[in-house]
Amino acid sequence: MKENECILEMRNITKTFPGVKALDKVNFEVKKGEVHALVGENGAGKSTLMKVLSGIHSPSEGEIIYQGKKVEFAGPLDAKAKGVVLIHQELSLVDEMTVAENIFLGDLPRNKFGFIDWKGLNKRSKELLERLECEFEPTELVGRLSIARQQMVEIARGLTQDVNIVVFDEPTASLTQEEEKVLFENINRLREQGTAIVYISHRLNEIFQISDRITVLRDGEMTGLLNTAETNECELTSLMIGRDLEDHLDFEKRGRDEIGKEVLKVEGLSKDGLFNDISFSIHEGEVLGLSGLVGAGRSELAETIFGVRKADSGKIFLEGDEIKVGDANKSVDLGIGFVPENRKEQGLILGRSVLDNLSLAKIRNLNRYGFIKGREEKLIYQDYQDKLDIKTPSSKQQVKNLSGGNQQKVIMAKWLCINPKLLILDEPTVGIDVGTKAEIHKLIRKLAAAGIAVLVISSEMPEVMGVSDRILTMYHGEITGEFYAEEATEEKLIKGITGIEAGACKVG
Amino acid sequence: MKSKTGIMKVKDNFDIWDFVQKNSIWLIFVICIVFFSIMTPNFLRVRNITNIFLQSSFIGIMSIGMTYLMIDGNFDLSMGSIMALSAVLVIGFMDYGIPVAVLLSLLAGSAIGALNGLFVTKAGINAFIVTLGSMLGVRGLVYIYTGERALVSSELAFSEISAASVGPIPLPVLIFLIMLILGELVLRYTSHGRGCYAIGGNYEAAVNAGIKVDKHIIINFILAGFTAALAGILMASRMNAATPTLGMEDHMIVITAVVLGGTKLDGGFGNLIRTLGGVLVIGMIRNGMNLLNVHSYVNMLIMGLILISVVYMDQKFDPLEE
Repeated sequence: MKENECILEMRNITKTFPGVKALDKVNFEVKKGEVHALVGENGAGKSTLMKVLSGIHSPSEGEIIYQGKKVEFAGPLDAKAKGVVLIHQELSLVDEMTVAENIFLGDLPRNKFGFIDWKGLNKRSKELLERLECEFEPTELVGRLSIARQQMVEIARGLTQDVNIVVFDEPTASLTQEEEKVLFENINRLREQGTAIVYISHRLNEIFQISDRITVLRDGEMTGLLNTAETNECELTSLMIGRDLEDHLDFEKRGRDEIGKEVLKVEGLSKDGLFNDISFSIHEGEVLGLSGLVGAGRSELAETIFGVRKADSGKIFLEGDEIKVGDANKSVDLGIGFVPENRKEQGLILGRSVLDNLSLAKIRNLNRYGFIKGREEKLIYQDYQDKLDIKTPSSKQQVKNLSGGNQQKVIMAKWLCINPKLLILDEPTVGIDVGTKAEIHKLIRKLAAAGIAVLVISSEMPEVMGVSDRILTMYHGEITGEFYAEEATEEKLIKGITGIEAGACKVG
Repeated sequence: MKSKTGIMKVKDNFDIWDFVQKNSIWLIFVICIVFFSIMTPNFLRVRNITNIFLQSSFIGIMSIGMTYLMIDGNFDLSMGSIMALSAVLVIGFMDYGIPVAVLLSLLAGSAIGALNGLFVTKAGINAFIVTLGSMLGVRGLVYIYTGERALVSSELAFSEISAASVGPIPLPVLIFLIMLILGELVLRYTSHGRGCYAIGGNYEAAVNAGIKVDKHIIINFILAGFTAALAGILMASRMNAATPTLGMEDHMIVITAVVLGGTKLDGGFGNLIRTLGGVLVIGMIRNGMNLLNVHSYVNMLIMGLILISVVYMDQKFDPLEE
């Protein structure tokens, strides 16, 4: 096979799940001897695309051409057998076994008596480790190795057969900088040997260090295919999160002098390794947008303000009174609502009814002699089902059967019925269909108009710019900028969230 | 604005498999009745039915506490030991009068439950380890207190508690059924019940909704200890004595009954009416096999087999698996 030939082509891949289009006509290709980065925010479709590649999901439309032939892998094992290896963020190694045992796990060489051929095992492992220029022995216990070295074991495991493509899914998430360097050296070595590398990450600096080309995904659509040498962080960020304003996002904003009284004040909030010296305030009837990339510490900050995480230092005030940091049920009693990023894992009791989920935060205050006031609960349910237009056949329906957008409305309703003073929304529209998205944006403005202070965390630029009265940018755990709606531009915001000094950035 | 683009998958039609899976216990229930009434002529006599209920009431009372605990995602292996402790305490303190002895036993059982709960919630130790520890520890206390001998009460009034009946219903059965109904009402219509389902269904979401998860879990451990103590007192009254080996495997039988009733080990699902089904099925097997003169060890074999097949079915038709 010639150099520079596409070893893998994914053409027009579309994948629909009930309620949402996860991938929409995505094209993706990798050449031999190239590192091709796949970037995008959470929910952009990176993982789904790789799941389609390895056969975990079958595409709704589109085809995969591998080595010139149309293929459909039956699953990760089948893909591996045919030379496509996926290295996940969470390694699947057995800590208590040696490097060699892990490399050949499931296919340990045996001698003629049926026992393990230790000599052959260690020899073959040694050869593989030498090919990767690893400086550790096949007889070492995997649990004793650093994460970077464990990753190399995982790669070596892939090399037991002929390997053509290695997919790294966020490989540096748990690495130290030193380990990262080692990983990059190894990736370069694989590249030189002619292996095609797919590198999935949302860390821009890494992508510029390691990749030759970049494919950008946003909301399941492919928004760019770039040569790394010809682009910059600003352009990339803009492709990842920017977009033309949608019509429905043309809301009337509050100006500098129209703000109400202060609801929340955060002073010098710090948590080691996550965020540092965060201070800001939100006012009555104000929508404050918090814009930043994944890993900037946004969600952690939100969880800390709400009280499910503890800060190292700093103070939080609600309407002038200091609140105890790290006590979620107090926060709820004080009127703080929190819509977490991951609906299904952090927000919903999937197996319970819509009614149960909707009244969950209110329920403690809906008692008489310990018993729930059923009629009142039902009235609250009807009220919010109607107001938010939650589409469900009945209040008894299990919430897991609702579409993503309607699930999100149930969570919103859960907080609205405690009459919150402050509502924290973390990525309120991730994975939600366009129509419901617009409804939620309108709802956010309506809530602000009713006097609620709303903090909207989002990596979607149009969303932040569309709904917020004021926007903070966050980068590496720090607030890097503050803009009122009328002065915010995509360029200014991107500077803030990529940590680039003013002047160094130009967006198309 | 009405959403046009949303592709909604909403089902509310009657799902026969879902229904069968959720109510598999009643199927087994009917099979048991049919089988034993064909095999033994005396099985369906009123006297025998009363007997089944009476024999089941001790396991039944404990299964109420266990159901609560399992709904919030925990369980308690120490219930058998707590039962024995309260039985020996109530006999041992009989000289202070029945009310004092009963109250003290209930208090001791609840206190051990509270300790279990505190260790699980505040120290963050797995419920299996905590209650395995207290199972051993409390049993040790029982042996120390009794010196490995059975305690016998001379107070005849005490033995009348479990011998009493209201109309045709023996008092232990009445207590069991009243607690069961109250317990089911609490599960359905109180914020404690909602809290239990929420915690077992999704712990993190429950925390995020401001639910005081530790409080609910500790209450359930106390309830488990309390019900075990109550069962122990009634058992002591029935025998008018207490042996230190009382309730050796009862926590396992209680868990079996609750799981048979469809409550999930990882929580979030279950109710007391179906737990009643589980309790009665076990009661029928014990009673029916006895009438058939089958050795009690065979009961255990059969209960084990039924348990595994029910859990297998449960996973096969798990309503939460997609």
